[in-house]
Amino acid sequence: MTETSFQALRVDDLHKSFGPNEVLKGVSLKAQNGDVISIIGSSGSGKSTFLRCINLLEVPDQGRIVVNGEEIVLKRSRTGRLQPATWRQVERVRTGLGMVFQSFNLWAHRTVLENVIEAPVHVMGVARREAIEKAEALLDRVGLYDKRDAYPAFLSGGQQQRAAIARALCVDPAVMLFDEPTSALDPELVGEVLKVIRDLAEEGRTMLLVTHEMRFARDVSSHVVFLHQGQVEEEGSPSQIFDAPLSARCREFTGMAA
Amino acid sequence: MSAPQQGILDLLALHPPGWGGTLLAGAASTIAISAGAFAVGLVLGAGGAFAKLSGNRLLVRLLNLYTTAVRAIPELILIVGLYYAGMDGLNRLLAAVSIPAVEINGFVAAVAVLGFVQGAYMTEVLRGAVLAIPAGQLEAAKAFGMRPMLRLRRVILPALLPNALPGLANLWMSITKDSALVAVVGYQELALATRLAGASTKHYFLFFLASALIYLAITLVSNVVFRLIERHVRRGQHTLA
Repeated sequence: MTETSFQALRVDDLHKSFGPNEVLKGVSLKAQNGDVISIIGSSGSGKSTFLRCINLLEVPDQGRIVVNGEEIVLKRSRTGRLQPATWRQVERVRTGLGMVFQSFNLWAHRTVLENVIEAPVHVMGVARREAIEKAEALLDRVGLYDKRDAYPAFLSGGQQQRAAIARALCVDPAVMLFDEPTSALDPELVGEVLKVIRDLAEEGRTMLLVTHEMRFARDVSSHVVFLHQGQVEEEGSPSQIFDAPLSARCREFTGMAA
Repeated sequence: MSAPQQGILDLLALHPPGWGGTLLAGAASTIAISAGAFAVGLVLGAGGAFAKLSGNRLLVRLLNLYTTAVRAIPELILIVGLYYAGMDGLNRLLAAVSIPAVEINGFVAAVAVLGFVQGAYMTEVLRGAVLAIPAGQLEAAKAFGMRPMLRLRRVILPALLPNALPGLANLWMSITKDSALVAVVGYQELALATRLAGASTKHYFLFFLASALIYLAITLVSNVVFRLIERHVRRGQHTLA
């Protein structure tokens, strides 16, 4: 094991139930700086829930989360449920996790540019002019400079998702979380979004990517995790998972998807 | 008394013996009472909506009692009841701490009572408007590290306004007319001024028509204002037209 590269994210033994439904049954994951980790698995395998637990959009029932060397302090409440010791810490950690949602979730009452500068200006306290400069450069990069003053509802799904990626990039995240970023898109719009994500992978961004795009996961990932019924069924390099999976379930899933 | 036959213009003149000035002063109080009650209602409604949404059981029960009672009881009864009960209660309270009784200013009482009633309706309008915000808007705010107050100010309030505005406009329209009910406790606004003018001159029809036109004018101007506000808060949305 080389511990020279810095650990951007470490998740230990994550459990989460919704009512009687145990969605995560002890999932662990480590990401070094620059890792691109794809999380694959069928619907209901818990991959989105896992991602949403990392930034505490869902509070796990058990487990440890360490982002960029900082552990999120969780404690048991009187009712026995796990909860953050302070939401302040969670809010600080969240700012370092740029999240991209399946349904984009751009703020509808703000223009593209306003969406991108919102967190830098109002959460991180960056000067407005500086934030705008940076946001415009990012929008240029994702090909939306011309649309910076448009409202999200007037953009295509692909454009909205690229704007959402620019929004996530603008907080300089230690880790980017992509929750099925192309699942809500028309087939002809998927390519433009994947291209942006591929560029980010190539420049060495640390990313966690929940996806159904198997060929893409195979191309860009440094590591692939196959979740099945709330557990890591198999993980490894893309070639291992896609070409020579050890688990029958993984073989069946990747074979079916290919 | 054989006063010369007065023309319509003389009757509506701004200065006595014309009654135009009285009517306009009444209209001004109608607008002032309505605006005051609307503002009080917004504060009560916002508090009520967020308290109901907080899920705190005691708060929810209290607020359910408030919204149900106020919306069930005829406003006329509420206004008379709250006015006298409120006045009496306040003076008893003052007496208990040995402060001499006060006569509450009619304007303050009208605003307080009507605002209390508006607040119940607004609680429901605003609660519905918050519930209609797509969950993703809030999740994005959380995911980018916004604190609760920042989420409220930067995401929830601007996102609920397009949903709330039609309901709020309705409430404003009805408060401009419901403010006439405070006439029963003797506060002079447009409706009472109209009755006074009619009774003094026996030209009921003229003054009721004039007053109807003033109410209509208030509504038309309000429509324009609400349309402008709505256009602004809906700036990010497609129009159906």
